[in-house]
Amino acid sequence: MTEQATALTSAAAARGELAMEAIAVSKDFRIGRGQTLHAVRDVSFNLYRGAVVALVGESGSGKSTAARLLAGQERLTSGEIKLDGKPVDVSSRGDFRHYKSQVQYVFQDPFASLNPVHTVQYHLERPLRLHQGRGIDMDAELVALMEQVRLTPPRQFLVKYPHELSGGQRQRVSFARALAAKPSVLLADEPVSMLDVSIRLEMLSLLDDLRQRFSLAMLYITHDIASARYFADEVLVMYAGEIVERGPAEEVTQQPAHPYTQLLVASAPDPDNLGSTLRRGANGTRRQGPQQIRTPEQVATVGCPFSTRCPLAEDRCREEDPTLLPITATRGAACWRLDAAAPELVPGPPGGGRTTEI
Amino acid sequence: MTASPGQAPIPVATSLAAGQDSVLDIRDLSVVYRTPGGDVRAVDKVNLSLAPGEVVGLAGESGSGKSTLVYGACRLLRAPALVTSGSVTYSGRRATEPVDLLRLQPDELQRLRWREIAIVFQSAMNALNPVLNVRDQLLDVIHAHLRMPRDEARDRAGSLLDLVGIPRSRLRSYPHELSGGMRQRVMIAMALATDPEVVIMDEPTTALDVVVQRDILAQIVELKEQLGFSIVFITHDLSLLLELADRIAVMYAGQLLEIGTAAEIQREPSHPYTKGLLNSFPSLRGPRRDLAGIPGSPPDLRDPPPGCPFLPRCAYGTSACEDVDMNLLQVATSKDPEHVTACPFVLPDTPAPQSRGARQETAGQKTAGEPT
Repeated sequence: MTEQATALTSAAAARGELAMEAIAVSKDFRIGRGQTLHAVRDVSFNLYRGAVVALVGESGSGKSTAARLLAGQERLTSGEIKLDGKPVDVSSRGDFRHYKSQVQYVFQDPFASLNPVHTVQYHLERPLRLHQGRGIDMDAELVALMEQVRLTPPRQFLVKYPHELSGGQRQRVSFARALAAKPSVLLADEPVSMLDVSIRLEMLSLLDDLRQRFSLAMLYITHDIASARYFADEVLVMYAGEIVERGPAEEVTQQPAHPYTQLLVASAPDPDNLGSTLRRGANGTRRQGPQQIRTPEQVATVGCPFSTRCPLAEDRCREEDPTLLPITATRGAACWRLDAAAPELVPGPPGGGRTTEI
Repeated sequence: MTASPGQAPIPVATSLAAGQDSVLDIRDLSVVYRTPGGDVRAVDKVNLSLAPGEVVGLAGESGSGKSTLVYGACRLLRAPALVTSGSVTYSGRRATEPVDLLRLQPDELQRLRWREIAIVFQSAMNALNPVLNVRDQLLDVIHAHLRMPRDEARDRAGSLLDLVGIPRSRLRSYPHELSGGMRQRVMIAMALATDPEVVIMDEPTTALDVVVQRDILAQIVELKEQLGFSIVFITHDLSLLLELADRIAVMYAGQLLEIGTAAEIQREPSHPYTKGLLNSFPSLRGPRRDLAGIPGSPPDLRDPPPGCPFLPRCAYGTSACEDVDMNLLQVATSKDPEHVTACPFVLPDTPAPQSRGARQETAGQKTAGEPT
């Protein structure tokens, strides 16, 4: 898988220089009685300065574990992570702190990730002191951070406690806390999914603004594939710890190749389609296709992990795990039945042209 | 800006003459939270009715009062919340005559709640009892609200799980052994245990991912068709409601700003806030649109601004908006008399850009001292 995966060019590569590489990264968890959970299996991708890579998948697909591996919060079972071309070593405390100043993490839940007994100022002073040293003009740095995340007037917000802030304001504090270390990589784990729909957009545009201003390499983890379309350059779709599809955001969301990506896209609410599958169900017509697939708990241990839920699965899918095969130079999917799932995307014979240009 | 008052000022009470054939009819309901800093007007003179078999979607941001409205109507709030006015008329198939929930004696209320009006609470993890298995939780509801022999009750618990698509073997499972989707299904099974007339769903799928969410929504629609209950569906995600609901009520700062069928709301949103909500979510299909969202935050309800509460964030706002009385009027451009809005102005297609910046500034000042 690794060789083919690296044969693909990231759709985010055009944006800026390479910041971080995950190379065939795997993580196993022992879950008792000699059983092993393969949370992340042989995952490779790159993050580039000033570009957003979205990691999309359902709960339990391993997307957060992948981010925690990048953050140095979990030990790798196998594989390698490189930052600015150098293998990452976080074995000593000093190295770990240096690494943390480069790679920052934004958590999903702004209600749980801030300490309720401390003010906003305390939350921001600590990383400033740890990562910027004592020689800095603390006051000016605090004000600058608050202005970057548009919490103004800064002094009014610095003295507040988390319970005095709205969800959106709290998440802004989390962003400011991450920025305090002046990182080059930002790992954002569902940064807006706990927030109201009406303010998500504002938060995403704030993140986009920060990405541009500080030329951040960003990993955006989400289960909302529609937001990935708008926000990301490249989309990686994860299922059961594996990347099952990757490619430019617009291509993956508009013409999903893998049956699982197709299920994700079909499941997204579709406000423009009032005669939707839900309403057809209400009118008595049987729903068909991926709608009837239930139980995400069933994950195949042999063969393609999606084969137990896949409407197209055949014998080969249940026996052999497909590798990520290139569709175009920037796009790939791990599916044996690609010819049936997305016939228009199947590459022509070697040497011959592709059947469809997207 | 060319803002002219709309025609046909029909007050909602007469235009929505659904009073008789509605299963739940909320009239003039107001709820305040008594705080040391003054009364917070969480729900302000709200009218909303629910027809039999209908799905009404209640959309609004956190703190808009959508949960308070429904919990207040069901008398589920306790101090410092206080229902200060209004009536909530329930007239179900089993009720001999319509009753006002707000004036029932405690024992009458006890007989009606859950038996007739059930609730699916938002956070299934917190709403389920962690030390009871699924069967005991279901039996608890059944024994509390229905007279039924033990054997029959056990049987019913099993068939309830069949109904929501969970294998009966899960009866012995504890909440922590279930996935998020399964827990939410158990919550739905509990709500349906007594074959209620009205099911209130408070953000039932918010914590779930999209595939599971869609599955559960489809199941809710199927069960509704099968069992014939009505649904009040509370959510902050208007895109969901457009697909799911028959009618949508948009709530903001304790008031309803617009009510209309899902199709009307989608095709012809009238209130600037509704427009803002519709322009807040990235769409997966179709061409990429420029998205604006809604800058600013809701007003402080201890001291709401005069006139329209959305004015500080409104891109179309003018000084005339401070005198708007917030009655729901028929949308001037709509043929549907039940499509009503609190905004009396016919809006131009694009907002005046200069007023937007000015408004944003006011919004910043307003929210600076606001709690949560």
